[in-house]
Amino acid sequence: MTTPPDAVTLDDDELDDEPQASPDARSDAPSEAASGRTLGRLSPRGLPSSGWRVVAAKEFGDHILSVRLFILLGLLSLFAVGAIYSTAAYVGNNAQAASGAVGLFVLLFSHSDPNSQVPSFAALVGLLGPLLGIAFGFDAINGERSERTLPRLMSQPIHRDAVIIGKFVAGLAVMGLILGAITLIVAGVAFFVLGVVPSPDDVARLGAWFVVTLAYLGFWLAFAMLCSVAVRRAATSVLAAVALWIVLTIFASLLVGIFANYLSPVPANPTLDQQVANAELTDDLARISPGTLYTEATEYILDPTVQTVDIAAQVAQASNTGAVPSALPIGQSLALAWPQVVALLALTVVCFGLGYIGFMRQEVRA
Amino acid sequence: MARKRARRVRTAGSEPGGDIAIETHRLTKAYGDLVAVDKLNLAIHAGEVFGLLGPNGAGKTTTILMLLGLSEPTSGRAEVVGFDPTRQPLEVKRRVGYLPDDVGFYAELTGRQNMRYTAALNGIGSREANQRIGELLDQVGLADAADRRVEQYSRGMRQRLGLADALVKDPSVVILDEPTASIDPAGVTEVLALIQSLARENGVTVLLSSHLLHQVHQVCDRVAIFNKGRVLAQGRMAQLAEELASDQLELEVGLDGPADQVEAALRSVAGVTKVTRDPHDPHLWRVAGPQSIRGHLATDLAARGMGVRQLRRVGDELDEIYLRYFQRDEGGRDNAA
Repeated sequence: MTTPPDAVTLDDDELDDEPQASPDARSDAPSEAASGRTLGRLSPRGLPSSGWRVVAAKEFGDHILSVRLFILLGLLSLFAVGAIYSTAAYVGNNAQAASGAVGLFVLLFSHSDPNSQVPSFAALVGLLGPLLGIAFGFDAINGERSERTLPRLMSQPIHRDAVIIGKFVAGLAVMGLILGAITLIVAGVAFFVLGVVPSPDDVARLGAWFVVTLAYLGFWLAFAMLCSVAVRRAATSVLAAVALWIVLTIFASLLVGIFANYLSPVPANPTLDQQVANAELTDDLARISPGTLYTEATEYILDPTVQTVDIAAQVAQASNTGAVPSALPIGQSLALAWPQVVALLALTVVCFGLGYIGFMRQEVRA
Repeated sequence: MARKRARRVRTAGSEPGGDIAIETHRLTKAYGDLVAVDKLNLAIHAGEVFGLLGPNGAGKTTTILMLLGLSEPTSGRAEVVGFDPTRQPLEVKRRVGYLPDDVGFYAELTGRQNMRYTAALNGIGSREANQRIGELLDQVGLADAADRRVEQYSRGMRQRLGLADALVKDPSVVILDEPTASIDPAGVTEVLALIQSLARENGVTVLLSSHLLHQVHQVCDRVAIFNKGRVLAQGRMAQLAEELASDQLELEVGLDGPADQVEAALRSVAGVTKVTRDPHDPHLWRVAGPQSIRGHLATDLAARGMGVRQLRRVGDELDEIYLRYFQRDEGGRDNAA
């Protein structure tokens, strides 16, 4: 790193003249001469600054052929197709009302039949997406330890962080692949069942949604990898990651409500101000969870009519009668979603950073 | 910087004994109060097979990890193929092959695929890598199993794959941590023969660690006997044996006859310092004395009309050497520097 590559190569030759440059000097059987020639042919190598790419390529290959990929792909496509069918049927039954709607195509992704229990496709991804991140990250580092491949890997000429970066990139890539495949399946179903053709605006919104979703999955991948650094056993690591997932999806709203009511109580006959204060606090507390951030960002991006996701603002708006929801251009929707997206990315970076630092400080030996 | 180091090594090369491939100077690693490696001084010449011998927990693996830049020394320094492993770990790792203790491979990949990954991490182009991997797999006798998943490999096969894997990068030094541990005796012979031939054919410097002296002494040009983080002795095997040869020798002698007569006869042999009777077998005696008694004990007894039924040196010669060093270590810890 400190010396220019050409200088290093020069030294390389000087240094290694004993085994490499003089194969003839070795006075042994003819077979040696043959292997000596091969050694001589090995060209001088550059600095392997792209070690993470090699790691990523190997990990990606492993993931693509793994059983977990097939299970997850099967599970998610099953749910996704179920969700889109349910929504499509609902929209079909209310075709009259729907005909004038703006961005009907993306609404298929973000809305569900209010009379059924089936969630929308976007909500489903928000719910099950963490499973992807966990599945591809929970044994990233401790798996190398338990297979005892880490010392061998670390003795290769790559920077130490190449391992963790490469694994993260590979995980993101394979999750992107799965997400892309499922999104295309869903889009295809929507197209063939309802005959709805996406507008360029719809496509752009879906693209933005894809990127934000990947960031959300990236958070879970980073968290699972953090677990795999911190916890020696893969089984414990997956349990830790799943525990956070369950806490955040099931108990978070409960806990947030309790905290908000404690900090900003709402009396029996509340004023509007008290209600708004409580709702604002609830919103803000809930945004600690990446799930909330993702859901809010998704609402902005996939529904052009959403102008605010704040409960407080909605309460305030309720008094403002006769406000007709109008569709926003994509730029404005993205601007509204921006704080959530940034917060989501920040959480991902923090998680990855913790795992990174932890890994860099660990001993190689188990 | 790097060039200066390279030059230093070359000057060292002009001295008798050849190039220095690995050198440590007061290398120390402490984990809190526990000193795993204590002011270690080693000099390993290019092209030799050097054995680092010592019981488990002697600090062998810690030393190796420091030589590879995988662990940072608490104090002291090391120089491996002309580079400081702490400051230039990549330069060291590019030139040093490593077979870890209890080596692991990706079980779901084949032997060849595992090696390809190593080659790729070393920046070796795929055509070059394929050819080299094929040759190495041939050399270690895994050509037939190369395309089977590693999960089907036996321990001995894994060890051989590990050897081949350590050589993929075309190293000038290979470090083998306990290459014979946890494989069966037939496998041990095989692996040792392989190490020797690889060292000769590829002109590679080999540093191997082991806790089993009798297994590895044949392949080592020189050894360092290592315990509790310190080197007790360093040199050629024969040299080390000689160093201890002045010490007492103990022989087991089988003799018939009345106990008092036999004892008197044994005591009368020149040089004998101690005679004891075996507690279990009345016809078996133990005699201690200098090495020289071995030559004349039987003839002296025959001259007195006593036929020696049996004469055996007590203890395996090599393990003896090994043990004595450790005993000496226990006794003389304080005066040792």
